[in-house]
Amino acid sequence: MKKVITGNEAAAIGAKLARVKVISAYPITPQTAIVEKLSEFVANGELDAEYMKVESEHSALSACIGAAATGVRTFTATSSQGLMLMSEIMFVASGLRLPIVMTNVNRSLSAPLSIWCDQQDSIAVRDSGWIQLYCENNQEIIDSTIQAFRIAEEKLLPVMVCFDGYILSHTTEPVDIPEQDEVDKFLPPYKYPYPLDPEHPVTIGAVGVPDFYEEFKYMLQEAVLESRDKILEVGQAFGKQFGREYGLIECYQSDDAEVLLLTMGSLSGSVRKMVDEYRGHGERVGLVKIRTFRPFPAKELAEALSNAKAVAVLEKDFSPGSTGALFSDLSGAFANAKKSPLLLNFICGLGGRDVSVIQIRKAAKAAMEAAKTGEVKETVRWLGLRETMVGLKP
Amino acid sequence: MSSPSARKKLPPGAVILKAGSTVQTETGSWRSLKPIIDEKKCTGCGLCWLYCPDAAISKGKAPKIDYKYCKGCGICASECPVKAIIMVAEGER
Repeated sequence: MKKVITGNEAAAIGAKLARVKVISAYPITPQTAIVEKLSEFVANGELDAEYMKVESEHSALSACIGAAATGVRTFTATSSQGLMLMSEIMFVASGLRLPIVMTNVNRSLSAPLSIWCDQQDSIAVRDSGWIQLYCENNQEIIDSTIQAFRIAEEKLLPVMVCFDGYILSHTTEPVDIPEQDEVDKFLPPYKYPYPLDPEHPVTIGAVGVPDFYEEFKYMLQEAVLESRDKILEVGQAFGKQFGREYGLIECYQSDDAEVLLLTMGSLSGSVRKMVDEYRGHGERVGLVKIRTFRPFPAKELAEALSNAKAVAVLEKDFSPGSTGALFSDLSGAFANAKKSPLLLNFICGLGGRDVSVIQIRKAAKAAMEAAKTGEVKETVRWLGLRETMVGLKP
Repeated sequence: MSSPSARKKLPPGAVILKAGSTVQTETGSWRSLKPIIDEKKCTGCGLCWLYCPDAAISKGKAPKIDYKYCKGCGICASECPVKAIIMVAEGER
């Protein structure tokens, strides 16, 4: 059934279709509408779940950990400052290997205070051991939310589904909503292997002495790396059942491209349009979109990008004193490679600034120039950064 | 932990599947102060048993302290309403 819904509604309906049993979250802009909707579903009997009200995001994720440890399907949602408050507990969730699914509606971080979109929040917790999926549109939000539970539960790993605040969260689009019985077939009831049960006591969250700690961290590393195959398998199974297949990356007009634009999230939609425009002029420009940021699809990217002459990475985050996070990971993907395209990094759209056609064109132009000359003038550039501020006296 | 197969046997998430594993860790050696109970003063009220965070004190009149696990935190001495427990430097008595 097709319905015109917001990104937030898509996430809430996705969680409902997954038949989550425990939801614990704390309201924060621009995510609030997700848990509002879910609490409505619970209140009016459409969803048989426990909705736990808590006093902070730190508590919300802690409650999810407790719930997940009893072996029930668990969901939370947050944004920005809320995610930062959760960050301590995020490492606990992955360390305990509890398959919690979280929606993060991407919003910039204070200070200065901003409620608008960039991806700095989820990038800041990239090392927390959670799988991170990014969505381009509202259809991907509902589909990825459903898939996230299967990936999480089959790999015993927590999964974050990320999408851009306002650009998707508060924008309506037609979305094909899967039927409940079809989702039930795709996502069978969940069974955690070591549930908290007074009849069979287990210890969860014990000390990891130096003799053991490293092994458990390596097991986490193995699991997140191996989840690559699971994400592919689940994405293909979803495609078979619902007609929309998902992978780690998505390539658009990339096969013969000399210049590739690499993006993540809703920006991919704008870049896709630009690629069509360039192709209309006979320019060999393509798009590679990252859907899975963790595990980082290094192999897939190295393959997809290796025939291009230059790659422009556009991202809504940066690491002060270094480059964008995508760019540094991508550079790592080409370490020891025999062949590598020239890599250019463009930081853009911070704090909700619109990434305009002019900006995307600037990035593409710089990459085309690099492709032609074989030289990169400036590795990291900030798009749309103003040199003069109107109305500001020096 | 000598081989990858040994690592594979570790449960994911460091879950300990057998209950009661804490008794394997004898924490008595952490102690620098040792609680000593004066049996003459003790009324057997049970507060030391209740407050001991390591469950190292038995219940009832003339409670016994299990020095294999007592860390010497001193809570029992602090809580005892009749001052029947004193803390002495470890090795003195």
